[in-house]
Amino acid sequence: MPDIVLTAQQQRTRKRNLTEKRFRRLCFAAIAVTAVFLAFLVMNLGIKAVPAFTSSAMPLTINVEPDKVDSTAIASGDFPGMVKDAIAKLMPKVESRADRKKLYQLLSGSVADEVQHRVMADPSLVGKDVTLQATLSADADMFLKGQQTSTTKFAGTAPLSLAADGEAFKISAQGHGFKAGEIVLTPTGALRVTETSAEGAKAEALVAPDETGAVAAGQWQSLQFSDGEDSRRTSDLEAVWLQRFTDQGKIQSMFDKALFTNGDSRAPEQAGLRGAFIGSLFTILVTLLTALPLGVAAALYLEEFAPKNRFTDLIEVNINNLAAVPSIIFGLLGLAMFLNFFGLPRSSSLVGGLVLALLVLPTIIIASRAALRSVPPSIKEAALGVGASHQQAVFHHVMPLAVPGILTGTILGIARALGETAPLLMIGMIAFIADVPGRITDAATVLPVQVYLWSTLPEAAFRSRTSAAIIILMIVLLCFNALAIFLRNKFERRW
Amino acid sequence: MNDMTFKTVFTPPQPKILATNPAKIIAEGVDVYYGEKHAIKNLSLTIPDKAVSAFIGPSGCGKSTFLRSINRMNDTIPGCRVTGVINVDGQAIYDPSIDVVDLRARIGMVFQKPNPFPKSIFENVAYGPRIHGLAKDKTALEQIVTESLKRASLWDEVKDRLHQPGTGLSGGQQQRLCIARAIAVNPEVILMDEPCSALDPIATARIEELITELKEKFCIVIVTHSMQQAARVSDLTAFFHLGILVEAGDTDEVFTSPQEKRTHDYITGRFG
Ligand SMILES: Nc1ncnc2c1ncn2[C@@H]1O[C@H](COP(=O)(O)OP(=O)(O)OP(=O)(O)O)[C@@H](O)[C@H]1O
Ligand SMILES: [Mg+2]
Repeated sequence: MPDIVLTAQQQRTRKRNLTEKRFRRLCFAAIAVTAVFLAFLVMNLGIKAVPAFTSSAMPLTINVEPDKVDSTAIASGDFPGMVKDAIAKLMPKVESRADRKKLYQLLSGSVADEVQHRVMADPSLVGKDVTLQATLSADADMFLKGQQTSTTKFAGTAPLSLAADGEAFKISAQGHGFKAGEIVLTPTGALRVTETSAEGAKAEALVAPDETGAVAAGQWQSLQFSDGEDSRRTSDLEAVWLQRFTDQGKIQSMFDKALFTNGDSRAPEQAGLRGAFIGSLFTILVTLLTALPLGVAAALYLEEFAPKNRFTDLIEVNINNLAAVPSIIFGLLGLAMFLNFFGLPRSSSLVGGLVLALLVLPTIIIASRAALRSVPPSIKEAALGVGASHQQAVFHHVMPLAVPGILTGTILGIARALGETAPLLMIGMIAFIADVPGRITDAATVLPVQVYLWSTLPEAAFRSRTSAAIIILMIVLLCFNALAIFLRNKFERRW
Repeated sequence: MNDMTFKTVFTPPQPKILATNPAKIIAEGVDVYYGEKHAIKNLSLTIPDKAVSAFIGPSGCGKSTFLRSINRMNDTIPGCRVTGVINVDGQAIYDPSIDVVDLRARIGMVFQKPNPFPKSIFENVAYGPRIHGLAKDKTALEQIVTESLKRASLWDEVKDRLHQPGTGLSGGQQQRLCIARAIAVNPEVILMDEPCSALDPIATARIEELITELKEKFCIVIVTHSMQQAARVSDLTAFFHLGILVEAGDTDEVFTSPQEKRTHDYITGRFG
């Protein structure tokens, strides 16, 4: 390197360039860290939510027996009994009441409801067969998706020798070491390995096999589970049934419509977001319809018409303060005002919307005032100069120019309201509500509260539902923000 | 206040223009305050109709302030107070019975910076006539717009793009658009606050030409920092200094033989 003597000027330039470079790197690092967090969140949620978007089902033909349903009083028919019979037919050798019940519980409770529905719609079905895609229960579904325990399958590649040994059986297969707890499925039966020894294994019957002797290679298989029977919700026998249905090619994985078309439910496979979505929609509508006019009118008054005095200063300070008040306080205010004082219906979207309107009002006022203030005064002067009244100047010229800013502020405020939970808890929107609300005075819940409700439930199947609900909520919020950007660009382009 | 001193010092001879043109605006003993600040001090001035009157003076001397009190634009400034009498056609414009909106329709204004509405060229000009109900129907409105644009000598440049945004015009065109907008409501007086300060010499020349044409129909008051401009376009010149009207008279008189030393110093470039 040539020996360069740097002048003071060059040194300063170099130093400045270095500082600026360092600063740019820091900024980039900040973005990168944020991006990593965001990617992690989205991926984590995505992976967890995927199972919630599909559900398992199997075709089932149900005979609507006339002795179980009276065509004059269909609603009181024994539809679960019919479904029980129908699935029992598919799985011979299930005789005991307890086993029949367990078998029936592989199916979702919605199956009987759907049969009832169809028969109600068409009473001539009594005495005939009804075929439908029967949704499996959440436990069965989760077991099939491998969310309860991981299953290792062994397709019997060597002949299996099977001998009765009193109540139990002795089994062995060349080249396969059985382990305790392993389930062996033969064409007619199912055995659970209880003891292992060098020459073979001892097993008990889950489903008694019809014949003993040799089972040819490829005719049997075995299943090993990573979790013991006690620590999972699907028993060995149920696992055997599910495996049988799977082998018969009956089990299908379908897009889970219930997540979008159902209201909330205690049964995970039947729980949907429709109720919360409609509730959110009603709530936000109420919020928008109250907060937007109030907020814009307040902003217009304060910015354009109010005399500048102590009193308006006080109002201004208060509004700015309100924007920073924790949202739960607004919930308490709503509780005291709308429920206790005005006596509006508890848990309803009407009250929720009003509470959220209080919450976003300061945001909307501040955003609207900023938007109004940013309109160049020369425009107003021009209007006044041609003889427009103050109000005409404001409404014809200032407002249209402020609209994009007002809209952006409003939509961001509304998006915040959409994601708000705490104040709604105070006014009872946290109740379990299975019905989809039809009016704004109906009891309802909203998406973020639904997320909260599901996340507190013990059933593991609700965990993926929770993630799915979060993803849907985020998509809705994303749509709102996209709308804000779209509206802003649309209105700005006109000028 | 030492009102009397101003009165005695300033005893203007009657300008010749007032002999031929009737007085349009008569200000008597006008004081303007911005809160505590006394921006115009005991000003009396008569402005002739169908002529151009120019206000000159160093920056901050109150030219815009007085101009804006002629169409009561100062009302929009919080803390601004006007006392004294300003008569337009013998009517006291600060009288409580006067509707300020009607007044501003009669006294149009063109601002220093071109400020077209962010709307189409057509809408810019049509706005005033529309809110005042000057056009009975669409054709009448179109005619007013066309007429105004022609009078503002902008028509040829914009006739093919009347529905494009007015903000898309050049600075000089925008200023002429603002003039068209002002004359579209058919005012009696047009106030212009440094209308050429943001323009190049060619655009300035066009506006000056326009002003000369417009004075056939309107009473025009113009604030300018250009001595040459005042000399070229105006019939009457008023020289302001520190909120005081130092001298007002026929333009040629003021520029050739000013009565006051301060006027002389200012127009010869000694200060300001
Ligand atoms: N809105 C206002 N509030 C307070 N003081 C003001 C306001 N507008 C003007 N002034 C003051 O009043 C005085 C006269 O101002 P004005 O704008 O009339 O000057 P001007 O002669 O038009 O100057 P310029 O040639 O620079 O435009 C100035 O001292 C100015 O500081
Ligand atoms: Mg000025």
